[in-house]
Formats: sequence, C-alpha cells, structure tokens
Amino acid sequence: MLEELYKKKRKQLLLGFLIGIGFGFLLDRGGATDFNIIVNQLLLRDFRVLKIIFTAVITGMIGVHLIVRYLPPELQPKPCQWKPIIIGGLIFGVGFAILGLCPGTATGAMGTGAVHAVFGVIGMLLGAGIFASVYTHIEDFMGESDLGPVTIPESLSINAWWIILTFSIVLIAIMFFLERVGL
Amino acid sequence: MNPFSSELWSPYVVGAGIGVLLWLGFLLSNKAIGCSTAYARTSGMAEKFVRGDKVKEKPYYKKFIPKIDWEWMLVLGIVVGALISSLLSGSFRIERVPQVWENSFGSSQILRFAGALIGGILLGFGARMAGGCTSGHGISGTSQLSLGSWLAFLFFFIGGILTAVIIYGGI
Repeated sequence: MLEELYKKKRKQLLLGFLIGIGFGFLLDRGGATDFNIIVNQLLLRDFRVLKIIFTAVITGMIGVHLIVRYLPPELQPKPCQWKPIIIGGLIFGVGFAILGLCPGTATGAMGTGAVHAVFGVIGMLLGAGIFASVYTHIEDFMGESDLGPVTIPESLSINAWWIILTFSIVLIAIMFFLERVGL
Repeated sequence: MNPFSSELWSPYVVGAGIGVLLWLGFLLSNKAIGCSTAYARTSGMAEKFVRGDKVKEKPYYKKFIPKIDWEWMLVLGIVVGALISSLLSGSFRIERVPQVWENSFGSSQILRFAGALIGGILLGFGARMAGGCTSGHGISGTSQLSLGSWLAFLFFFIGGILTAVIIYGGI
C-alpha cells in the first residue's frame, strides 16, 4: 500500500509541501528562523538550536530505525566523501555564521518577514550554481575520498540499536548539563 | 495560554515534532528531509531559463535534474509554515538588519544585504560540496546514523562557531 503511495507523483508533491509547512511552523516556533538566536548559538551563548537538533535526532533515530526495520522504506545514507565533507562543511560553517541562517531556516526567515534573508536565498542559489559550474573540475576531488554510503553501525560492525542507545544517552546527558548550567 | 499565540515553544517540543516529521517523510514518501538540493535544482531551472536546454548537459544537472520535486515543495512549504506561525504568534515583522549583526556592523542595510548575499554564496557552495545542509545532514543524515552526516554536522558547527566568534564575538 505504501509503495503505491510513493508512485503517485502529485500526491507526493503535496505531501512534501505539507511536511514543509509543518517543518517551517516548528522552525519558527523554535526560534530557528531568527538570525539572533542562530548566531547566539554559534557564539555559545544560547543552546536553543542545538537542543532542537539533538531532540530531533534522538526522536528521528529511534523512529526511522523502527520504520526501516518493519516497513518498506530503507535507509538512504549519503556517501561519505570525507574530504569534500570536511572542506565543504567548513565553507558552509563560515557562510552559516555570516548569513546567520541555513538553507532551510533562511526560507523560513523569509516567511517571517526577514528581508535580508531574501539576499541569503539569492546567494545560496548563486553558490549552488557556481558549484554546478565548477563540478567537472573538482569531480576527481569529490570522488577520491568516497567511502560509500556507510553508516556508523556498519563501519563498526555493531547492531544499530547499541549506537542509538549510546548516542541518545550522550545527547540527553549534554542537554541535562546545559539546563543545569543555565544555557 | 493558547500555544498557537505564544511566540517560542520549548526546544524539546519543537525537536520532537521535527523528529516526527522525519518519520512522516520516510513513511509516507520514502524521503529524507533535506533542503539544499532544492537550491541546486532552482539554480539549474533559472540557468535553463536564460541559456536554454544546454544547461541539461552539465554533468551536475544530470545528477540533480533541474525540476520541481518533493524536496523543492518541502522548501516552499517551509516559507508558508513559518509565515503561518509568525502571523499566529504576532512575531511577523519586516526585519532588515538583525540586532546581533547591528551590534557588530552597524545599521547599514546595504552592508547587511551584502553580508547575507556573501554568506549565502558560501552556504550554497559548501552545502553542495558537503552533499547536504543542516537538515539533510544535520537532522536526517545523523538520524540514519550516516557516518558522513555526523562528520558534516561536526564541521558545519566548527566552521560556524569559529567564524561567529571572530566576527561577532568582539575578539
């Protein structure tokens, strides 16, 4: 039944849109559409954004692994191209601090009336376009450190649930500590 | 108190809610939530509009075909969802120069818009090189325990924290 639903193109576009509305609503309620809250997170003054991400990851890890265990969807980990991930990740981080928003939250910020976020979105379109244009020149670099779409349990040969349990405990402990010290 | 009119919710409620949306994406659409490929596709669509079908020949656009897909609709939905949320809470307002930016760089709108544009270019480029963004790697990928996504998440924040401390931290 679910597989039939995945093939219905129009319904899928509508589902993407509806899930996006929920996502945008929650990002705004969490404060993640606000430049000030994101930059204060990067300055380690207010940990609201990481608390949202950590809670989402704990909830997501458990649910997604139950879904792939019992239902048709399968995990779709991205390829671990570690060199482009480290360099691209750092470039992303620099942009993250300057724009004070990320690709998802910038569109959310536009919805809340942030005019400057529109320039951020235009910049991201340009950045993605520049990447597409130089892609043929850096294709070798992109592929040379590719370890494939590996997951942490696979690379350690450990049952995924042990990793989920460990990560959940560590993330909850970090959040407990943050609440304790008033961050 | 009516939760729909209170401006900020507990980050734990919001995080759990986002986790549930991730389940729904997997369950109903067999998709992992992510935002940055929508930018690559839109950029390709814009280029196609200007330069025509030659754009389709670019190897990157053979991988990420410039068209409206599930993720593109998701990103559009984010705009609408945040608009609805901010209208209900009354936090919707035109913001040109955010406060923390103004504290470091002053109230010039041109400077802020230029900063946002440059920051955006770096984000767009970096996200495509790293293969995802704060949602695709940082939430969806990490939830799947993808090794590359945990690495990306770490380096997004290393780069972000170092840059923020340098430019806003007053050091």
